[in-house]
Amino acid sequence: MPIRFQQHPGLVVYLTAGDNGLHADAAHIRPGDLSVTRDIALAAIDAGTDVIELGVPFSDPMADGPVIQRASERALRAGTRLQQVIDLTAELRAARPQAGILLFSYLNPILRYGMRRFADAAAAAGADGVLLTDMIVEEAGDYLAEMKRTGLSPVFLAAPTSPDARLEDIAAHSAGFIYAISRTGITGKQQQLAADAAALVERIRRWTQLPVAVGFGISNADHVAQVGRFADAAVIGSAIVELIERSTPEEAPGSVARFIEGLRQPQLVQAL
Amino acid sequence: MAGTTVSHPPESAAIEHTPTAGRFGPYGGRYVPETLMAALNELEQAYADAASDPTFQAELDDLLRNFAGRPTPLYFAAHLTQQLGGAKIYLKREDLLHTGAHKINNALGQGLLARRMGKRRIIAETGAGQHGVATATVCALLGMECIIYMGEEDIRRQELNVLRMRLLGAEVLPVASGSRTLKDAVNEALRDWVTNVRTTYYILGSALGPHPYPTMVRDFHRVIGIELRQQMLEREGRLPDAILACVGGGSNAIGAFHAFLEDRDVRLIGVEAGGRGKALGDHAARFEGGVPGVLQGTYSYVLQDEDGQVALTHSVSAGLDYATVGPEHAALHDSGRATYVSADDAHVLDAVVRLARAEGILPALESAHAVAECLRIAPEMPRHAILVVNLSGRGDKDMGILARELKIAGAEALERP
Repeated sequence: MPIRFQQHPGLVVYLTAGDNGLHADAAHIRPGDLSVTRDIALAAIDAGTDVIELGVPFSDPMADGPVIQRASERALRAGTRLQQVIDLTAELRAARPQAGILLFSYLNPILRYGMRRFADAAAAAGADGVLLTDMIVEEAGDYLAEMKRTGLSPVFLAAPTSPDARLEDIAAHSAGFIYAISRTGITGKQQQLAADAAALVERIRRWTQLPVAVGFGISNADHVAQVGRFADAAVIGSAIVELIERSTPEEAPGSVARFIEGLRQPQLVQAL
Repeated sequence: MAGTTVSHPPESAAIEHTPTAGRFGPYGGRYVPETLMAALNELEQAYADAASDPTFQAELDDLLRNFAGRPTPLYFAAHLTQQLGGAKIYLKREDLLHTGAHKINNALGQGLLARRMGKRRIIAETGAGQHGVATATVCALLGMECIIYMGEEDIRRQELNVLRMRLLGAEVLPVASGSRTLKDAVNEALRDWVTNVRTTYYILGSALGPHPYPTMVRDFHRVIGIELRQQMLEREGRLPDAILACVGGGSNAIGAFHAFLEDRDVRLIGVEAGGRGKALGDHAARFEGGVPGVLQGTYSYVLQDEDGQVALTHSVSAGLDYATVGPEHAALHDSGRATYVSADDAHVLDAVVRLARAEGILPALESAHAVAECLRIAPEMPRHAILVVNLSGRGDKDMGILARELKIAGAEALERP
């Protein structure tokens, strides 16, 4: 199913699958039980999220800041495995047929599972696409072949440092949407949306008709409104992961839903 | 239990590949966040330009000779040879280099390259601290800002090197994530580089990471093998039968091996950290317990669990305590051109004492892995055979660990409350 952004700007929400936050009582959650992530994802979708990125936790998240590093460590300690994230995808697909669902991972867990087996399983579960943080277009031959064979959308990252020739390559190999990184750096919240972002989106649009989503550092309604002026969607990651970190598993779905509803209501839109 | 074991190639590698620059068989490549790609391409180009520029090479050669102390001697270890009763044992004395290990070869090369590229902010990771000290030294020499990432566990066990780096003017930033060792320091250095990529040069310390690092770092250490080859021909009129080197990331080993790759009669033997046991988490023997995968930008053997999560490692030596290995070693392993074995902590400590007392040479714990394998195989070899150990570093930095582990009189004073 093609990824569609129902509103403008669209919202993409990243969740570290299997992270139950700081206050989870381990005694009450079985290893590998992803029901908390499921409830948060459903609440996020119902609050207006267009695409859920289900993050597969990895031991060495070199592109992530402290918030997602901590969430990944908690998720791994809770026994989260790739197969369970794929199973959760199927559960979300059955419950919310219209929602966009991406599997978001570092490469190594996918390689260990088997690229072909992963593509088959992700497609069968009803995922729309895949984003691999440490996969660049030059190395993506097998990956792209598997995505094509199974009808999954490969989403690539584009960076402010990517020259036009790379953006052309990235655009040529992407499907679903293109994920524009708002600034050089790792994931994490920031106060100001970097001026880099608008210039990057403009450069990307020269090469593609695909929607462009902007992520890294987007944490409030003002940021979302600003992104809406030049891009198709905003990606919210660390701000929501941090909210989940602070919430109890019972509170988390409601907190996340309210946060996402608030993202559509800018209090004060500043000029870029 | 024997101190060493031999590993076997896997049935097949998991990644198909198209032959591109930076590949060693199926291994190597570039698996990095997109943000770094422009910087890696810029680095690749700048390195190619520098490598073909005689003035760059002349300046590096001058510093290697007059600042670092090259060529390093090839020493005949007569007493150890006599005690073991087998092959003639030679030591390639990289431990005599300025800053105490081979690491200065690469730090000087990349430091000059950074200056040539106009980058004044230098970052690096370090495990045992030898690469950190070498980088801090080069930054002092060239007048550049220097930030070193080092795991908290390694800071604790290699305190002397931390103090040296700070004295040299470097900022040493502790890394508290994961196992708080070398792997985590690399992650943090990569995060810094992604963030400050436009102004910063990352001096990666081993033949690891994304292309062009494995090739470039190897090239800066090739001088070890080139000298060794010439020295051996002058001394013995022939090439050695075997060369032994420890393998963490594998920079000293690839430097020693590279000039001999075409000399099929010269056995090349890499020695990994056998740690305290065979279970995942107790060692850093990637070729025994690892499978091919991607960690920190390169495709190589990785110690990992069945879900592809990178395993913790253990070694008495901080410099070998690392979950993956340089991709060129992975290719040499699979082709059978080099053999990889491991030495456990106990045999390594024994090797330190043996070499110190036989020859008056105190090896680094890392280098002592190669010495341990030498102690094992030299007696089995005929007296006319020639064995070379690449003694990659000296053991002064390890005195705290050695004093405690070996219960040397006076070591109680080193115990902290």
